[in-house]
Amino acid sequence: MKKNESYEEFIKGIWRDNPVFVQVLGMCPMLAVTNSAINAIAMGMATFFVLVGSSFLVSSFRSWIPKQVRISCFIIIIATFVTVADYTLLALVPKVHKELGAFIPLIVANCMILGRQEAFSSRYPVRLAVMDAIGMAGGFLLALFSLGAIREILGDGALFGFDLFGENFEPWVIMILPPGGFLTLGVILLFFNWFRFKKDEFLAEVAAAERGGN
Amino acid sequence: MDNLAWIFISALLVNNFVLTYFLGLCPFLGVSNSLETSARLGLATTFVMLVTALCAWVLNTYVLIYAPYLRLICFIVVIASTVQFIEMLIKKLSPALFRAMGIFLPLITTNCAILGLAIFATNRGYGFVEGIVYALGAGIGFTLALVLLAGLREESELSNIPRLMKGTAMNLIIAGVLSMAFMGFAGLFSSA
Repeated sequence: MKKNESYEEFIKGIWRDNPVFVQVLGMCPMLAVTNSAINAIAMGMATFFVLVGSSFLVSSFRSWIPKQVRISCFIIIIATFVTVADYTLLALVPKVHKELGAFIPLIVANCMILGRQEAFSSRYPVRLAVMDAIGMAGGFLLALFSLGAIREILGDGALFGFDLFGENFEPWVIMILPPGGFLTLGVILLFFNWFRFKKDEFLAEVAAAERGGN
Repeated sequence: MDNLAWIFISALLVNNFVLTYFLGLCPFLGVSNSLETSARLGLATTFVMLVTALCAWVLNTYVLIYAPYLRLICFIVVIASTVQFIEMLIKKLSPALFRAMGIFLPLITTNCAILGLAIFATNRGYGFVEGIVYALGAGIGFTLALVLLAGLREESELSNIPRLMKGTAMNLIIAGVLSMAFMGFAGLFSSA
């Protein structure tokens, strides 16, 4: 029973309540750094670390944080983890850090992270909070990676810097420029809408058939 | 003087915060459903950006030279509390102004456009006057993008579009087209 509970919290972030595709949160870093798959993954990992770390801390301290100043407390905790992530990336992968630039400190302002602290971590025990954070951050990483991969493949004809199509491919430069981010995410959201409509239609059909059967 | 004009135009059009840096997308997509609201939100954001530039300059000059690793926490705490303080001040002094933009102030205290402005201004080593001009350009650019999108969205509410397209997906595609249009400004300074 208990295991199912944590699994449930984990899986909902990946698919059903995916922070980017379904809740449309955390858009700013999402669009700005996904012009190549490797940047997207670095950003996703940094967000993963920050979200899981701060969820763990917020959930452990939840009975000590006074209600009136909770938002400020959450933000200071998040900002601390972001500073750690910033300096770690600078030390380990200076090249990627330079490309992501100002967007690593901007993880603080990612509304998804604050949203999870407010809606989940400050109310539930540590184990569930961490599972929820892993799920949400995993979903975010997945979304970043798919957007980054699509934009790099179309805009550069390559994935992780490896050439995919050979010489005759004319890269769609627009895809790695800012408009490409908006357009790609728009099309992905369209796909999700279509998927949801199909599912609703299917459920309605099943319900109709069941009524007919009775 | 030339330099200041360049900073202003660059923040306003060429490197528009919303359409090329993707900063402040949450209010951009969330609040842009009516022209009036978005104009007011833009005004409030410009105001907070000016306050931010001031705070960032004070912090950079007097505090952060001693402890650079506290940059992020300092920015957030100082900007948020200054804005809160000014909000109380406006509420007391001018109820009309408070009604016009007051409700948006807590909403935008530290969204990514505000924090981004502070960080960009720091990274580029802007001084006091440059910082204020940069904030003004960025704020007006943000308002411009917001008002443009709101106008297009009001039009699209009335037209007959497929059910599938409605909502965020279409707003993003509209924003993409707007962003393409703004890329036209990139050539403005190719010689400079």
